[in-house]
Amino acid sequence: MVSKRYAEPDQQVCVACGACEKICPKGAVSVWRGCWSVVDLELCVGCGKCAKICPAGCIRMKERVLA
Amino acid sequence: MREKHWYDYLWIWALLYFLLGFFNILFAWLGMIDFLLPLGIAVVRGDKAFCNSLCGRGQLFNRLGSGCKLSRGRPAPKWMSAKWFRVGFLIFFLTMFGNMVFQTYLVAAGAGTLREAVKLFWTFRVPWGWAYAAGTVSDWVAQFSFGFYSLMLTSALIGLVVMVLYRPRTWCTFCPMGTMTQGICKLKNAGGQKDSA
Repeated sequence: MVSKRYAEPDQQVCVACGACEKICPKGAVSVWRGCWSVVDLELCVGCGKCAKICPAGCIRMKERVLA
Repeated sequence: MREKHWYDYLWIWALLYFLLGFFNILFAWLGMIDFLLPLGIAVVRGDKAFCNSLCGRGQLFNRLGSGCKLSRGRPAPKWMSAKWFRVGFLIFFLTMFGNMVFQTYLVAAGAGTLREAVKLFWTFRVPWGWAYAAGTVSDWVAQFSFGFYSLMLTSALIGLVVMVLYRPRTWCTFCPMGTMTQGICKLKNAGGQKDSA
């Protein structure tokens, strides 16, 4: 069962602080080589915790389009 | 939940640093670790392990803001994480750092005298003589301590204000060290992964 939503960070705005990585209960978010955060769509449950804590406000919650 | 590591307690170090400066200003030199380590990690490893796991200040803001609920948790204005502001603040910060090093040089060269004060927000001089016994070390060593502690305390206070007003780690969006290390990482990893998934 996949979640209805998922997190999508904006790489242009992300400051790579790692606040999202720290708060993610599923370990789905990580900072890629100090550049920006990336989300593992397989693991993301769409809880939105990362979007709430992100100091740059660069994470949007998106609806999953199921095939 | 994530398991706890030793580095999850580095917020204690951030607190201790400021406490030590109340007793002996020479401890301010230890703050150089927070300056050099992030840059070293970014240059050698090409990541922001410092910001992500080792930054005591970030952890402290998180604890106070989220844990103690001292942060309103509102989104910060967009300009605060915009490139022009981040780079502008970095330039301003480095200029002030350079000025502080120059003041240290003047004292070392005998052209300036040691001022036993902490300057907050680059403007307000706060007498801090109780934290230093004159003559303990060379005057320039003490001058650097007062200057560097001023810089650390000022940036921490700015961080606390934006923590309360916005989200716990809002300081991280324009932290000069974060801007520099992210810049280094982007240069090192240029041409790498572009997409998030």
